[in-house]
Amino acid sequence: MDLLRFATAGSVDDGKSTLIGRLLYDSKSIFEDQLSAVEESSRRRGDAVVNLALLTDGLRAEREQGITIDVAYRYFATPRRKFIIADTPGHIQYTRNMVTGASTADLAIILIDARKGVIEQTKRHSFVANLLKIRHLAVAVNKMDLVDYDEGVFHRIVQDFHKFASRLDDIAEITAIPVSALNGDNVVEKSDKMPWFKGPSLLYHLETVYTGGTENHLDARFPVQWIIRPQSREHHDFRGYAGRVAGGVFKPGDTVSVLPSGFSTTVEKIYLPGGKEIPEAFAPQSVVMTLKDEIDISRGDMLVKANNPPNIGQDVEAMVCWFSQKPMEVRGKYLLRHTSKETKAIVQELRYQVDIETLHKKEGVPTLAMNDVGRVGLRTATPLFSDSYRRNRLTGSFVLVDPGTHETVAAGMIV
Amino acid sequence: MPHYQLNQLDQLEAEAIFVLRETAAQFQNPALLFSGGKDSIVMAHLAAKAFWPAKIPFPLLHIDTGHNFAETMAYRDAFTEKLGARLVVGYVQDSIEKGRVKEEKGPYASRNALQSVTLLDTIEEHKFTACLGGGRRDEEKARAKERFFSHRDDFGQWDPKNQRPELWNLFNGRHHPGEHFRIFPLSNFTEMDIWMYLQREAVDLPSLYFAHQREVFARHGSFLALTEHIIRLESEKLERKTVRFRTIGDVTCTGAVESNAATLDEVIAEVAAARQTERGTRADDKRSETAMEDRKKEGYF
Repeated sequence: MDLLRFATAGSVDDGKSTLIGRLLYDSKSIFEDQLSAVEESSRRRGDAVVNLALLTDGLRAEREQGITIDVAYRYFATPRRKFIIADTPGHIQYTRNMVTGASTADLAIILIDARKGVIEQTKRHSFVANLLKIRHLAVAVNKMDLVDYDEGVFHRIVQDFHKFASRLDDIAEITAIPVSALNGDNVVEKSDKMPWFKGPSLLYHLETVYTGGTENHLDARFPVQWIIRPQSREHHDFRGYAGRVAGGVFKPGDTVSVLPSGFSTTVEKIYLPGGKEIPEAFAPQSVVMTLKDEIDISRGDMLVKANNPPNIGQDVEAMVCWFSQKPMEVRGKYLLRHTSKETKAIVQELRYQVDIETLHKKEGVPTLAMNDVGRVGLRTATPLFSDSYRRNRLTGSFVLVDPGTHETVAAGMIV
Repeated sequence: MPHYQLNQLDQLEAEAIFVLRETAAQFQNPALLFSGGKDSIVMAHLAAKAFWPAKIPFPLLHIDTGHNFAETMAYRDAFTEKLGARLVVGYVQDSIEKGRVKEEKGPYASRNALQSVTLLDTIEEHKFTACLGGGRRDEEKARAKERFFSHRDDFGQWDPKNQRPELWNLFNGRHHPGEHFRIFPLSNFTEMDIWMYLQREAVDLPSLYFAHQREVFARHGSFLALTEHIIRLESEKLERKTVRFRTIGDVTCTGAVESNAATLDEVIAEVAAARQTERGTRADDKRSETAMEDRKKEGYF
């Protein structure tokens, strides 16, 4: 069975929690004790109907305030697929949590209220999905019951959305579906209320959409994570390089370069965890490689193919989303984590900020505050071995860490 | 061009292995929490695979409430020996004797909550900087919010409203002296994934997970085992039933379900048809709506 990771963004009013509750409930992924606990809580709170949002908003603060604050991960499976939902908040003040949830998603559900159409929030959610290079968007036009299941309303919204989306790059596919999460129309089963709609139900679409995953299978990249040296009698000379393939395909016999030293050697054997030998390794497999020559290699180094190297350098251009309450300091020093490597970095310049509601670039701004997105130039203390984020999410992404507090203060996508 | 795709168990395994190796690389002194339950068995099994052909480069840590199923203890010792792993045990009894915690009284008494103190004391005593746990996000709504690398302050507390953002494959385990991390490589496994993985890997399990005859009594919708550690109310009648356990923790708060599932295949079929979550048999979660979040804030697993 394969796995689809998708992200949803939205707040209570959008019906996001109701939609997720519906997907879980109608696909029989909610258990009786969970449902009775939610019924019990709803009753105690005096809610008129069973509040399915209580299934997903698990933290005390969220339940008290009736909003989603942090990303929650939900799981369900149908006979066709297993799903991981990154359920993220929709408010602008939690953009950083939306970014977090979107970072590992193959697909994003963009929720639109049929009464409101494409609004700034829609654009913001789409922008974040696009910033994280989610190439598949499922546009769920919700609350169709409140517009009399009107075909014209749906088509106008879809048209508006396509017009807006033409400004976003790298989108492979957009599928729009009219739904009523509250009544279940077109969520799991096709609705008889909208015979004019010839497309699939939302769940059927999620079950069958081909995303090809987010992995890169072209450029061989192996960040060394850990060195395995058993030093036992049985494996006396064993020296294995453990890590997760971040791109491309590696095979025994391949000539590889070791970065940063530049030494060239040959892959001897590749093992899965536990020791099964395999003929090739590809992303996102975790493996152990042995090499023909004894070369000094440590964590943070990278094995690549000599004829297809990554960008090697200390100057990095990136889009960053700022996470910390303490604003970004231009000329400030941070720790940068990229693949298995950590190095110091300095913010050289803030080129512009993106207004995430209008998508306009704002130049000449002094800093990025929490939840802001902008383009920066960074200089690192040691060279990074990177690809553009568009080409490879794993070798094109980094986080910045405050060296004093150790907090993760920003996420970056290399341009 | 060949089709490079992993099935869901391979993906979950690759992710868990990555997190285990990352823990070894980022922390001076990690430990793997081992209770003898199925999730921690999967954890230890994965740890052995992650560092093959070397041994697991950190010890297993068991917090022993003293209220164990005998089967679990026998399994623990045999399993750690087979893996060649080092075992560290922290005893709740010691915490009670030192006056660090007070034993609960009455028929609903459990040492489950007391474990948090013993765990934190053991972490401090051994200066562990990271504890690997078998927690899964599908288990419980507070766990659904937890990171793979979950920060704990000087007092061992979790601050759910102020968690570090965690993106892609990038885990930030930096911490100040006295702080530590709880790390959850199985975050994205579901109960079903755990069972299917155990089946695929042909891992032996404690017999408690399979149908067997036992003296039990009904309480709060599940069956508790007859043991010296639980005071039975007069109204609670003892019955002999064919049961199995879906989760295994302390005997005082782990309930059995009636079942005839005697093999892994049968267990999987039963899990697939289940209409109750596995934690539905856990009395510790039923104490309040946010029982898990509240316990986790205090340092619970």
